[in-house]
Amino acid sequence: MVFFSVDKLEPICKDIRADILRMTEAAGSGHPGGSLSAVELMTVLYFNVLNHRPQELEWSERDRFILSKGHACPVVYAVMARSGYFPVEELLTLRKLGSRLQGHPNMKSLPGLESSSGSLGQGLSVANGLALAAKIDKRDYRVYCLMGDGELQEGQIWEAAMTAAHYKLDNVCALVDYNNLQIDGKVEDVKGIAPLKEKWLSFNWHVIEIDGHDLEQVEKAYAEAKQIKGKPSIIIAKTIKGKGVSFMEDVAGWHGKAPNSEELEQALKEIYVQEGSTLKN
Amino acid sequence: MKMKPTRDGYGEGLLELGKTNPLVLVLDADLSKSTRTDWFMKEFPERFFDIGIAEQDMLGTAAGLALAGKIPFVTTYGVFVAGRAWDQIRTTIAYAELNVKIAGAHGGISVGPDGATHQALEEITLMRVLPNMILVVPCDAIETKKATLALASLQGPAYLRFTREASPVFTSESDIFEIGKSITLKKGTDLTLIGCGPIVYEALMAAEELNKLGISTRVINMHTIKPLDKETIIKAALETGAIVTVEEHQVMGGLGGAVAEILVQNSPVPVEMIGIQDTFGESGTPEELAEKYGLTSRHIIEASKKVLKRKTCRA
Ligand SMILES: Cc1ncc(C[n+]2csc(CCOP(=O)(O)OP(=O)(O)O)c2C)c(N)n1
Ligand SMILES: [Mg+2]
Repeated sequence: MVFFSVDKLEPICKDIRADILRMTEAAGSGHPGGSLSAVELMTVLYFNVLNHRPQELEWSERDRFILSKGHACPVVYAVMARSGYFPVEELLTLRKLGSRLQGHPNMKSLPGLESSSGSLGQGLSVANGLALAAKIDKRDYRVYCLMGDGELQEGQIWEAAMTAAHYKLDNVCALVDYNNLQIDGKVEDVKGIAPLKEKWLSFNWHVIEIDGHDLEQVEKAYAEAKQIKGKPSIIIAKTIKGKGVSFMEDVAGWHGKAPNSEELEQALKEIYVQEGSTLKN
Repeated sequence: MKMKPTRDGYGEGLLELGKTNPLVLVLDADLSKSTRTDWFMKEFPERFFDIGIAEQDMLGTAAGLALAGKIPFVTTYGVFVAGRAWDQIRTTIAYAELNVKIAGAHGGISVGPDGATHQALEEITLMRVLPNMILVVPCDAIETKKATLALASLQGPAYLRFTREASPVFTSESDIFEIGKSITLKKGTDLTLIGCGPIVYEALMAAEELNKLGISTRVINMHTIKPLDKETIIKAALETGAIVTVEEHQVMGGLGGAVAEILVQNSPVPVEMIGIQDTFGESGTPEELAEKYGLTSRHIIEASKKVLKRKTCRA
């Protein structure tokens, strides 16, 4: 596997951000906020962590990624395209009639997706099932699962938290995009989830807290999780919803709204501000 | 007549699958004794997983296992699986066409003294509306065992409904069982009874009485609700001109609803529906409840006479 250094990953993250904005703008709808907050988590995962073969989708030993917060599929589609699963141009078909890139992930239409999602709270259970199967068959693949912080209000997550710990699924690595926003506002105002670290610790998980936009910390967190034996790991990544676009950052209203063409232009300028546009299709 | 609950047929089916199909795993949500999955657990402990009282998580875990190529049989009471975990079944399992087998125990009002909370009366409606879903409601323990085996060798999501109480074992090991293909138990030309589940036996009893009265009554065991055996239903309507559906379930959206949908679009004939008529159940013995909710052969005979009157009015 090619390993990408941090200075190689930085421009890729910019392209991923640009992809998210361009595809949602082209679609006229979609979820940029929670996609932008997960860019570093997803980019490091797809480029440096996952043991996968984008050209051999059925490879049975591949690591699996389950997107529990299905609405954030733009970031996943973008990292998939950029890591070789399908042509980058296809991103612009998002949400259009006949597109493989459905508004929420459909594994039947887009090979390479490991599950269909969009109804929140279910992904960790699915990840556990995949991990349990690996244990039964004594296979080495790992299973990653991205959840939103608002999503943690779903009871099923905590059922799954107990299942993973009970069956000692150390091949599960959960990720929380801790951007402190959901649709109706701040998570702590809608229905608080703090103290989050203590909750997962008391559920017998190994907990790693990081700044989810710091590529080095993200790298280290994945490496640490891989070393943990006998219990599942969770990376609680502090993030900013809408990260990278000044007018979207930390604004709940950008959860499920696409930028218009002027907003897109402004956003792309900000993303590529230092070295000018490197945008390529 | 030998009596045996259909859940025993499920338990036996799993035991056989344990021996013959290493991909089969069994999951339960703290009801393994009641659902008979404990039989499998004792023989194959390494392939049994108790997920605890967490039905939604159980369905999700099964989805993951299926994604990894396993054939998970998730089992609990019908109310808690078809009802509580419906969204999980819909979006994570049926939409993705995952190979998860869902077994809903304690279907019907015959659950008895536990009362309305535990008497699942809605699973047929809830499951048959889902694309890709296969839905089987076997009529006795032998058929339930056959259905369990058949579902394991079929790709895709499926729901198997079975019951708590001992009920007549009236099919035989040698009868051919094929998912999607109904079985005509009795020939007849005046009227057809179409049933599913153990209550099919009441339909058979009713048919015997009706035949004595000179009413030639056909009886069809519609064990598969989805895919529904449309041809046989249409043929019965054309040949007998009157239909009574028989189920231990809400008629609304149930077998009654399903048969009516086919008939109105193809060959409309008068239909009466035996089943639960838009009410919840209550505590009581199975016999008392069958009497109160109109589920006995006597009720089927009354409905048959009624539908025949409607048939002659039309003619
Ligand atoms: C079961 C379910 N309930 C509600 C929704 C609608 N919904 C979509 S996204 C969302 C908010 C999610 O917030 P969070 O998990 O924090 O995601 P992020 O901030 O990362 O976008 C809601 C309520 C849903 N998709 N599924
Ligand atoms: Mg959030």
